[in-house]
Amino acid sequence: MAVSRLAAVMAVSLGAAMLSISAVSGMYSDAQSAPRTFVTHSGAVVTTTGQVLDPVYEVSEVEFDPDEYLRNFEYGDVSMLEDTGQTVREYVIVAEDDKVQEIAPGVFYNVWTFNGSVPGPTIRATEGDIVRIKFINNGTKPHTMHFHGIHPATMDGVFEPVGGGGGQFVYEFEAGPVGVHPYHCHIMPLEEHIIHGLYGVFVVDPKEGRAPADEMVMVLNGFDTDFDTENNLYAANTVPFYYQHHPIQINTGELVRIYVVNMVEFDPINNFHLHGNMYYYYPTGTDLVPSFYTDMVTLSQTERGIMEFTYDHPGRFLFHAHKVEFSEKGWVGVFLVRDSGDGKGGGANAGVDTGNSGYGGADYDAAPAYDGLPGTGGDGATRETAPQQSKYAQRDGSGVEGGTA
Amino acid sequence: MGPGERRAASSAGSVRTVSSGIIPLVLVAALVAYVLGPGAHMLDLGVPLPEVTIERVDFAANSEIHATIRNTGPIPVTIVFADVNDRIHPAAIEPDGYLGRLETAKVRIPFEWNEAEPYVIGITTSDGTRFEREIAAAAPAVLPSYDMISFFAVVGAYVGVIPVMIGMLWLPFMRRMGGSTYVFFLAVTVGLLLFLALDSIEEAVDVSQENLAGSFNGLMLLATSVVLSFLGLYYVGGRLSGGRGAARGTTAGGRGLRLARPVTIALMISVGIGLHNFGEGLAIGAAIGLGSIAFSTFLIVGFALHNVTEGLAIAAPLSKGSTGSATWLKLGCLGMVAGAPAIFGGWVGGFAYSPFASVIFLGVGAGAIFQVMFVLIRWIGRGDRDDGGGSGAGGEAGGAERDEASGAHGRDGGRSGGGGSGGDGGKSGGRGLSGAPFVSGIAVGMLIMYVTSIVV
Repeated sequence: MAVSRLAAVMAVSLGAAMLSISAVSGMYSDAQSAPRTFVTHSGAVVTTTGQVLDPVYEVSEVEFDPDEYLRNFEYGDVSMLEDTGQTVREYVIVAEDDKVQEIAPGVFYNVWTFNGSVPGPTIRATEGDIVRIKFINNGTKPHTMHFHGIHPATMDGVFEPVGGGGGQFVYEFEAGPVGVHPYHCHIMPLEEHIIHGLYGVFVVDPKEGRAPADEMVMVLNGFDTDFDTENNLYAANTVPFYYQHHPIQINTGELVRIYVVNMVEFDPINNFHLHGNMYYYYPTGTDLVPSFYTDMVTLSQTERGIMEFTYDHPGRFLFHAHKVEFSEKGWVGVFLVRDSGDGKGGGANAGVDTGNSGYGGADYDAAPAYDGLPGTGGDGATRETAPQQSKYAQRDGSGVEGGTA
Repeated sequence: MGPGERRAASSAGSVRTVSSGIIPLVLVAALVAYVLGPGAHMLDLGVPLPEVTIERVDFAANSEIHATIRNTGPIPVTIVFADVNDRIHPAAIEPDGYLGRLETAKVRIPFEWNEAEPYVIGITTSDGTRFEREIAAAAPAVLPSYDMISFFAVVGAYVGVIPVMIGMLWLPFMRRMGGSTYVFFLAVTVGLLLFLALDSIEEAVDVSQENLAGSFNGLMLLATSVVLSFLGLYYVGGRLSGGRGAARGTTAGGRGLRLARPVTIALMISVGIGLHNFGEGLAIGAAIGLGSIAFSTFLIVGFALHNVTEGLAIAAPLSKGSTGSATWLKLGCLGMVAGAPAIFGGWVGGFAYSPFASVIFLGVGAGAIFQVMFVLIRWIGRGDRDDGGGSGAGGEAGGAERDEASGAHGRDGGRSGGGGSGGDGGKSGGRGLSGAPFVSGIAVGMLIMYVTSIVV
C-alpha cells in the first residue's frame, strides 16, 4: 500500500518534470514566412527567414534627425543694444530629464535634453555679441548651462543650480572667444548629467567672418545604455551608423567646414579620421591660422576644433574614429562627394560611382538610401509586437537589393 | 511503521477526501487568476529587469556564428543588436527579435571566425542592456556525421566500457578475500561511489552556474533530480531483490522477479555507475561540441584510469555470490550497463547539448549512486550480525531476509557497534559499519578517486 502510493507520487512528479522539460525546450515564437536578405560589413549577402538585427535606417521619421541637426545653427532672436550697437541674441532653452528617445533603432534610452534633443541646439553668435539665454528647467532635478568660454563667474552655470519643475535663470554674456565650444549641464554628479545628454555646441564667429563654406557641426558622443561605465554605442551626432547609411552629400571643389566637439565620456580619447583627403585643423577654432594639415586628430573630453577641407575627387569617402572600436559601435560615416562639374553644386549625381566602390572591394554601405532616395521597401511593421514601437523602419531585403544593384 | 499502520481513506469518506484535497487547489487557482487579471495593478511595484541567456554558441562552417538565446527574465524583450567581441555586426534573428518569457531564438551573425580563438558573443535588448557569453576557443560546430558518431563511440568506449571491464577483472582476486579484507574492499567501493556522486554534483553545479539561467533554479533542479532518482531506484531495487512477499523462500511465487542478491547489487551498482557515466559522457561530448576543451590523449588516459576503479565497485559484491551466478557473460553485461552509457552521453552532449538536461542527468546519476551506496552499506552491515557472511549461500539468504528486518537490524548493528567501542571492537578486526576495515576502506576509496581525478 505504502509502496504503491510512493510509486504514484513518483509517477506524478516524474510526469511533472517531463512536462516542464518539454515546455522549456520547444518554445519558439511564430515563425515569419517571407525571407529577407541583408548585407554584412564585409559584403556578404545573407538570407534569413527571421528579422534583421542591424542599426540601419531607411526613413527619417526620427525624433532626432541627424541630417537636420548637421547643418542647423541657431542664431537666436536678434536685436540691437542702443548705446553700444552690440547685437543681442536671445534664446530660450528648456531642460527636461524624463524623455525616452530612440537613440538607435530599437534602443530606447532615458535622455536628459536641452530643447528636447541630444545634442541640444547649436547656438551661434559673432564675437562681441550679447548672448542672452532664458533657461527654464522643466526637469525633476536641478540643471544648469555651463558654457566653455570667457564670461563672468555668476554666468558660469556651476554655483547657481536651477531647480526642476520650472526653475529659471538668465545667462547673459558677451560671446567669446572666437571658436567652437561645448556647453553642458554642470550639476553634480557631473558625469551622470553629461552622459544622459545635457550638452550642445556653441559657435563664436570672428567679426570678419570665415570663408564661405558648406558648414556642419558634429558632436562625437556615446551612450552607456547598460550603466556599466562603458559606452555601448558611439556616433557622430547621436545615432550610431547614421551617416554611414545616409551619407553626407558634399560637392567637389567646395570648401567644407566641420565644427567638431568630442563629448564622449568614459573613454579618455576619441579621434577623427578622414579618408581620401587631408583637412586643415584649428584646435578650439580660436586661431584663424590652422595648426595642422592632417587626416587624424585626437580629442580628449570636450576637446574640439574646426576642420576645413575640399574634395577634388568625387565618390564615397569614409570618416570615422580610428579608435576602431568606436567606429564598429557606430561612430562612422560617409561623405558622398558629388562632381559639381563647371558650376558649383550643379550636376547632382553626375559622375559619382554609386556602385561597390567602397570598402575592401565590397559594399561597405549596405543601405539603399545613400543617394537621398527613401528606401524602397521599409515596411516598419515587423515590430508591432514590441513593447515600444520603433520610430525607425525595419529594413528588409528588397530595399537592399534595390540599393546595391 | 508497517503498511498496516497507515490508515487508508474508507470508501465512504472518499468523496470528502477528494473534495477536501481539491478545495485548496481551487482557491490557489482563483488567487493566481486574480493577480494576473483584475488585481494586476497590485504588483506594479519595482522595476522588472530583462534577462537574456545565451545558451549555446555554434561556429558554423559558412562563416557564421549561431547563438541560441532564451528570454529567461520576467518580462518580454526585443533583441536589437548582436555583437562579436563587443563590436556590433549586422545579424539575423530567427524567428524574430521579440521574445516572450522563456522563448528562444537563433541569432545568426555572419562573421569570419578563426578557429581556436576566444570570442565573446553579445546580445543587446531594446533598453540597451547587453548580455554576453564567452567562448574559450572557437571550434567548428559538431554535426552528427558518421565520423563524429564513431568518434564519440570510440571515446565513450575508452572512457567507459573498457576501463570498467578491466576493473571487473579483479573479481577472482576479490573472491579470495574473506572476512574483514572483503569488508575493506566493499568499503573501498563505497568510497569510490561517494566520490563519483560528489563529482557528479560538482559537475552539475558548474553546469547550472555557467550555462543555466537563474530562473531555472539549477541547484534545486539538481537536488530534485538526485532525490527522485534515489527514490526511484530504491523502489525498483526493492522489487528486484524480491521485495517482501517473495523474499521468504527461494521457492515462493515471486521467484521470477528475484535475482541472486549479489548479482542484484552488482546490477544496481552498474546502473548507478552507468547513469554517472552517461553524465560523464554528456560532459565530454558537450565540452568537445562547445569547444571549451581540446580533447587530448592525455585526457582519455586520465578518464580511463579513473574509471577502472568503477569495475572494482561492480566486482566487489559479485565475489561473494555463488560462483555460478557470476558468469563471464553476466559480467560482460554488467560492464556494458555501466560503461556503454558514456557513449550515448557523448552523442547527446556533442550533438544536442542542453544545460537543463545535463543538470538533470548528472543529478540522476548522483542519486543512483547514493542509492547504491545505501544498499552496499546495508550489505556490509549485515555482516555484523551474520557470521556466515563469508559463504555465498549464507550471504544470499541473509540479503533476502534483510528487507524485513531492517529496522531491528539497524538497532542491532548500532548496539554491536556501541559495544565494540567499549571493548571488543578492535579485537575482532571490526567487521561491519563501525570497524576499521569499513572506515579505512571508504577513506582509501575516496583517496584513490581523488588521486586519479588529478590526472583528469
